Amino acid sequence: MTAEPDAQGAAPDRQGRLAEFWYYFRENRGAVIGLYVFAVFVFVALFAPLLAPYDPTEQFRQSTLLPPAWAEGGSWAFPLGTDPLGRDMLSRLIHGARFSFFVGIVVVVVAASGGILLGLIAGFAPKWLDTLIMRLMDVILAFPSLLLALVLVAILGPSLTNAMIAIALVLQPHYVRLTRASVLSERTRDYVVAARVAGAKLPRLMFVTVLPNCLAPIIVQAALSFSTAILDAAALGFLGMGAQPPTPEWGTMLAEAREFILRAWWVVTFPGVAILVTVLAINLMGDGLRDALDPKLKRS
Amino acid sequence: MSDPVVRAEGLSRFYEVGGGLFGKPREIRALSEVSFAIPRGKTLAVVGESGCGKSTLARVVTMIESPSAGRFSIDGVEITPDRWDAHRDAVQIVFQDPYGSLNPRQRISAILSEPLKINRPDMTRAEREAKVREVMGLVGLRPEFYGRYPHMFSGGQRQRIAVARALMLEPKVLVLDEPVSALDLSVQSQILNLLLDLQDRLGLTYLFISHDLSVVRHVCDEVMVMYLGRAVETGTKDAVFGQPRHPYTRALLSATPVADPARRKERIKLTGELPSPLNIPPGCAFAARCWKAEARCRAERPELEGDGHKVACFFPEGG
Amino acid sequence: MALLSIRNLTVEFATASGSFRAVDGVDVAVEAGDILAIVGESGSGKSVSMLALMGLLPWTATVTADEMSFDGQDLRKLAPRTRRRIIGKDIAMIFQEPMSSLNPCFTVGFQIKEGLKKHMGLDARAREARALDLMEMVGIPDPARRLNAYPHQLSGGMSQRVMIAMAIACRPRLLIADEPTTALDVTIQAQIIDLLTELQAETGMALILITHDMGVVAETARRVSVQYAGQKVEEQPVGPLFATPHHPYTSALLAALPERATTRLLPTIPGVVPGQFDRPGGCLFAPRCAFADDLCRTTPPPVQAPDLGLARCHHPLEGRA
Repeated sequence: MTAEPDAQGAAPDRQGRLAEFWYYFRENRGAVIGLYVFAVFVFVALFAPLLAPYDPTEQFRQSTLLPPAWAEGGSWAFPLGTDPLGRDMLSRLIHGARFSFFVGIVVVVVAASGGILLGLIAGFAPKWLDTLIMRLMDVILAFPSLLLALVLVAILGPSLTNAMIAIALVLQPHYVRLTRASVLSERTRDYVVAARVAGAKLPRLMFVTVLPNCLAPIIVQAALSFSTAILDAAALGFLGMGAQPPTPEWGTMLAEAREFILRAWWVVTFPGVAILVTVLAINLMGDGLRDALDPKLKRS
Repeated sequence: MSDPVVRAEGLSRFYEVGGGLFGKPREIRALSEVSFAIPRGKTLAVVGESGCGKSTLARVVTMIESPSAGRFSIDGVEITPDRWDAHRDAVQIVFQDPYGSLNPRQRISAILSEPLKINRPDMTRAEREAKVREVMGLVGLRPEFYGRYPHMFSGGQRQRIAVARALMLEPKVLVLDEPVSALDLSVQSQILNLLLDLQDRLGLTYLFISHDLSVVRHVCDEVMVMYLGRAVETGTKDAVFGQPRHPYTRALLSATPVADPARRKERIKLTGELPSPLNIPPGCAFAARCWKAEARCRAERPELEGDGHKVACFFPEGG
Repeated sequence: MALLSIRNLTVEFATASGSFRAVDGVDVAVEAGDILAIVGESGSGKSVSMLALMGLLPWTATVTADEMSFDGQDLRKLAPRTRRRIIGKDIAMIFQEPMSSLNPCFTVGFQIKEGLKKHMGLDARAREARALDLMEMVGIPDPARRLNAYPHQLSGGMSQRVMIAMAIACRPRLLIADEPTTALDVTIQAQIIDLLTELQAETGMALILITHDMGVVAETARRVSVQYAGQKVEEQPVGPLFATPHHPYTSALLAALPERATTRLLPTIPGVVPGQFDRPGGCLFAPRCAFADDLCRTTPPPVQAPDLGLARCHHPLEGRA
């Protein structure tokens, strides 16, 4: 087939890539909804102390296990009810968003920067180093990721920080593979050869010439692993290997409420729903990002 | 004749392929014993079909790959891999595909100033910008293009940018690797004119790689015809086009379509295709497709012989 | 009556930045046994118009035409099923990239026989025989062995021969070749062009050759239609077109050929093909035309009489000075 319509599309006064990005992103309705939900999530995470009606650890001993406001016996003082220790569910959920957001950001930054660096090295390195790095990543990928994270936390000691380190380590191979694959395809392009003819040395080739052209799939991966990180952190929290009580982390909240699951549905439902909605929104948004950034899937 | 700017003697480049963990790697002879000399301000055209080694030649001359054997010198200085960095600014290249040769994430200003940043570290930012703008003017790019991205440009303008980038370091030699093959006819003539004009104004020496004989005929002074990594015929443009002596050159000329419906010419029909470079026959590489080949051609390889107009054939045309 | 007749074909693409007209009021008429070359630069819409005929455009494209008929049948009114029976059987197409036009997962033989099964309803033995015949017709040496080869085992020239074999498998009455030799080397190009013209003479099918190579046009075509920015600007038999082009664009294009050059610097056409956002109001070629005046810049030009090459121009060139 010919690329004639494309060749025409490269006309001068385009309003820029952002407009084009938004055009393709907007086509995916789920992604737009995801984006809005994510925006709310970020807003809540940033302004949690202002939004939450109470301190998340404050215990109201006289009103433990209060149902949500609309249920029988509920009170508008605690809109989503209280947990077994009399803490306000809404305040804890709002503060929990903070932890999830924090976990997502840190894990993605650590995993992505390490993974991109290793991927770049593997892509440019001589064959033996490339093989070494990639086999090492294969070994990490061969473990069930949550199990490996559990083992790491067990060694390092259970805390939110260690959980984040473990999750970052487990997610890293995906970035390495992704980066290496795009580096290998970009490396043979003429503009890279041109940079070499101009005398560019390896670090310059890696970071200035090639890396910016590999970013699109990495950004998509970052969005998707943001949700994986939140999910894994919650899972570790639930297993008692992540954030420790009384931290209002969503997974930890679930773990604490396990024994009340039959008596007080709200103590497990709301943290669960919070996790579900956040992860779903981010995944939808990630799909939209891929549509907009990955030209291979772009509909012409 | 003045001293040649580029002189190559017996340039060869072999690659090893395959092998893997077990099994012997096999050798591809992409370029074998190619010699040429280009006088200052002249154009040598390298002609041949895909797989003939012309792109490998470009990579060796632009110091991206070191030759497996042979030597080449620029302005009398022999170029060896340890002197690459010092002589980067002597040879620059323009690629075929203007869509692949410009970094899509860099502005024109960044693309053009990159060679200066690397090779002229003592230049100030302002000096660099002045130089970039000067060269942009030289190749006919409007000053307002300075801060734009490559995707905003058409193929012809991109090729101007690529030419500008090659000129940033004031090279003596430009390797032009099919510089107009990807362009439309109306744009092709603009770029060819630009290249010819630059050659006249800056005294540039060109190594012009192309498969399009009508373009080659228009721009070059001397021609080297290559087949499977070897030069089979070299000489001045008039000699090679006027009295082609190697059967392959004749076949190539007769296969090139001429934009003149009135001229019905007899076409030499070549049967078969290029042999695999992994498995080059022992004798003349062209023997399998040649209508004049005899037993000697298949057993023995003819050397490139003659004075001025050289040909590698036992039974050259026209005596 | 013409074998293929298209009148006022328009194709518009919906893109991120609004709709874009790739083909603008193009007429195509091909008689049985004719060789028509459609010439134009990238963006001239020469491929898009043929893809529109074949129904191969993506969903973003809107195709409209006053007439689109093949052998008296109105293609616009046919149900997709009947339409598909014509396309692929009576109209076949080959593309520029032979390597990517073949499915790498199946043998060449399987891919040739697939079309035979679908359109000709032959049994297995007849299909095998026909496939062998076809491979021989397109000049593939050792056809019996090559039938079992996978596309990656073939060179570019061989793949293009296989594509041609597939295209002529059902004895089409019209073959559309979209830049069939652009990706090939010169000596292979000559072989393929010769093959196409020989097959055309043998079978009497009509051939539409889409190309940008004036040399290929001169040596192959009988009639030439020149397209510019989605419009047909001129149509003439091949001899007169090269001798006395009537549209300034055709004339300038021919003058820009290096082999016609008389001076060191070539005559050029300034500027570039108009894009989506800078389509001129009057004649599309006016901004680049040496003969343009105010009329050209404001009013779209009429189509001239056949003796002026149907030139879409206010001031067609009468003859060579």
